[in-house]
Amino acid sequence: MINMAEASQILASDETIKVMEILKRYSSDKDNLIPILQEIQKNVGYLSPDFVRLVSKHLKISASSVYGVATFYTMFKFAKPAKHNIKVCLGTSCHVKGGDRILETFERLLEVRCGESSRDLMFSLERVACLGSCALAPVVVIDDTIYGNMHVDRIKPILSKIRG
Amino acid sequence: MKKLTRPFDEIRKQAVEEWNRLWNDGRAVIRVESATCGRAAGVLQVADAVQKKLQELNIDAKIVNTGCIGLCYLEPIMDVTKPNQPSILYHSLDPKTAASIVEDYLVKNDIRADKALCSLGSSYANLPSLAELPVMQKQTRWILQRCGLIDPEKIEHYIALGGYSGLVKALSMKPHEVIEWVKLSRLRGRGGAGFPTGKKWEVCRSAPGDEKYIICNADEGDPGAFMNRALLESDPHFVLEGMVIGSYALGAQVGYIYCRAEYPLALERLRTALKQMADFGFLGKDILGSGHNFEIRIKEGAGAFVCGEETALIASIEGKRGMPRPRPPYPAQSGLWGKPTVINNVETWACVSLIFQKGWEYFANKGSESSKGTKTFSLVGKVKRAGLIEVPLGITLKEIIYDIGGGIIGDKEFKAVQIGGPSGGCLPKVLLTTPVDYDSLSSAGSIMGSGGIVVMDEDTCVVDIAHYFLDFTQKESCGKCVVCREGTWKMLQLLKAIKEGRADSNTLAKLEDLAQIVKIGSLCGLGQTAPNPVLTTLRYFRDEYEAHINEKRCPAKVCKNLITYYIIPDKCEGCMICLRECPSGAIRGGKRMVHIIDQEKCSKCGVCYNVCPPRFRAVVKVSGEHMNTPSEPIPVQRRK
Repeated sequence: MINMAEASQILASDETIKVMEILKRYSSDKDNLIPILQEIQKNVGYLSPDFVRLVSKHLKISASSVYGVATFYTMFKFAKPAKHNIKVCLGTSCHVKGGDRILETFERLLEVRCGESSRDLMFSLERVACLGSCALAPVVVIDDTIYGNMHVDRIKPILSKIRG
Repeated sequence: MKKLTRPFDEIRKQAVEEWNRLWNDGRAVIRVESATCGRAAGVLQVADAVQKKLQELNIDAKIVNTGCIGLCYLEPIMDVTKPNQPSILYHSLDPKTAASIVEDYLVKNDIRADKALCSLGSSYANLPSLAELPVMQKQTRWILQRCGLIDPEKIEHYIALGGYSGLVKALSMKPHEVIEWVKLSRLRGRGGAGFPTGKKWEVCRSAPGDEKYIICNADEGDPGAFMNRALLESDPHFVLEGMVIGSYALGAQVGYIYCRAEYPLALERLRTALKQMADFGFLGKDILGSGHNFEIRIKEGAGAFVCGEETALIASIEGKRGMPRPRPPYPAQSGLWGKPTVINNVETWACVSLIFQKGWEYFANKGSESSKGTKTFSLVGKVKRAGLIEVPLGITLKEIIYDIGGGIIGDKEFKAVQIGGPSGGCLPKVLLTTPVDYDSLSSAGSIMGSGGIVVMDEDTCVVDIAHYFLDFTQKESCGKCVVCREGTWKMLQLLKAIKEGRADSNTLAKLEDLAQIVKIGSLCGLGQTAPNPVLTTLRYFRDEYEAHINEKRCPAKVCKNLITYYIIPDKCEGCMICLRECPSGAIRGGKRMVHIIDQEKCSKCGVCYNVCPPRFRAVVKVSGEHMNTPSEPIPVQRRK
């Protein structure tokens, strides 16, 4: 177990405390690794090297093993997230119906490439394989809102609405 | 967990009473289809508007959230039931229309025929019944029978409509008799490969050791497939009942559901369902007094397509990188934590419930000689009636696409149908009469897969599609075996060269060679099937590949490097719209001056093509042709 004093030596931030709280709820069984990482990803938004170290101590496995698992799955991010996350679906149905043109338009309007965050850290842009709403293709998810039957013309208004 | 204190007959009686009370307490019922796809179409806003309207009119009606009835092309959908009248299904709603329907129908008794699709049950007031609609006529709804009709968060609805009677039946039998029933039903796994379920169970049961596991594979990763999501969101208990039956037959005490994290609503409804099961005594210790103990745990996927492969999925549950391992030993002999494990797909578990609710004969009587029962598919792409369908196995692709799907959007020319996702194949028009069963599809070079059907029209380029799927599998290759890791990458480079007009006469031979090597030499299903989209398109659409290579032409005008946009001088009115919208600044011209695209600067994004007003249609997209345009903008009046 790691105590709070030890954790504060690493980095006494709110984020670290959140991670500690999450770890408290899990035993040190190795199969808890992915659920723990998922909860950190969900609540803190990314996995920093410090968080990886905390998890490795908790489960008594090497940090490189934790890192190995984390990098295998696309869900885990290693940099601080932007305020809003845009997921453009490029599943088969969305591809056939022009999903890559939607993605290109986001890239152009936000001046980022897929997988990056905009300079003001307002938006991060990523592609996903399939969101399972294929009958409404092309589909985009921004934060928790799903936009079906997307069209390039709708992108600008949606972005400015979110910017407020 | 609470222990069961009531016999099942009493549980069922109370559930039926609750279900009847829903319909017969003198109040109207409004069912809102709120699965993920309905939400994407805006059904929650529709439900809000309906709620407000009811309050405003002071009507005491009930709003019930259901799952997905499968008519995705008509979403958002709701149905309205007045006391003692059949339900009327309304489609393509927006909040305002939905609110007006509530008022018109419930207050003024106007059925609103303009927005009504059908009645549920018997036909009513000139409306056809749901079963009479062309989209439904060739379907057989077994797995989807309750989807969109019940509240998936109420276990009583499921029980009232036959649920958990299969579990009661199974618990009255000996475990080996349960397996015998599954074998007699001739159920084959619905996850794609079609392995006989009863046989798998038998291997697991006879494997040494007392500790056994069962897993429900809900890692529906095939892009273009959403049947499992829809079923879990609409009728989760149907799947869970099958798992409990399986656990009893196999003597497993713990089961896992491995579900994609991309399906938050399915996960939420599963968690609710598991709690209710425990409360009702269908999970936990001494299930229904049988002495059998079983619990189900949920594991969320973390975004890796390869985890749909059973050995990779097991590694992921164990907390490792989701990499497959060689088989044998099969999971049924040595699976999770090295113990015998049965993994079945979501739909397979629902089939198990059905077999025990209705009897194995009922199941085995439907379908083709080698493939029994029904199969759900997500029918998407360029088809008019996209949605979730269920058909008896053995139906032809043509019946699915034309009779159920209503044909191609805009009545364009059908080109290909992609079945089985990235592991499947693209089949051409001449194969539309192929019966949909495991063996016929496999001899056509495709696979059944988990059930995604993507329809493509003349505007789809098959080289682009092959590239798309290979790009997907290449990115998802876990990297463990060399032929998959390097082979798919190299194949992708070759396809890219073809798409970009850089290929030479040897490229196709190289591509075919490599495809064979990857198919034979890969460790798991991902690599073994990854070449299928390439091999089938090469087999059926070779001329399109050749056009790309020899004529540097993309017949469907999709591959960017092989297309050119031109502004036809005779048609351009110099309206400046395309000039302003062009993101590359590639268009020159002025007000009432014929515009010209600078081909050097053009990024082929197609914006000009889309924004040119339909009354002009001055922008054209060509491939393999050259058009003469003026070198400098000229006034519109002086053209020619």
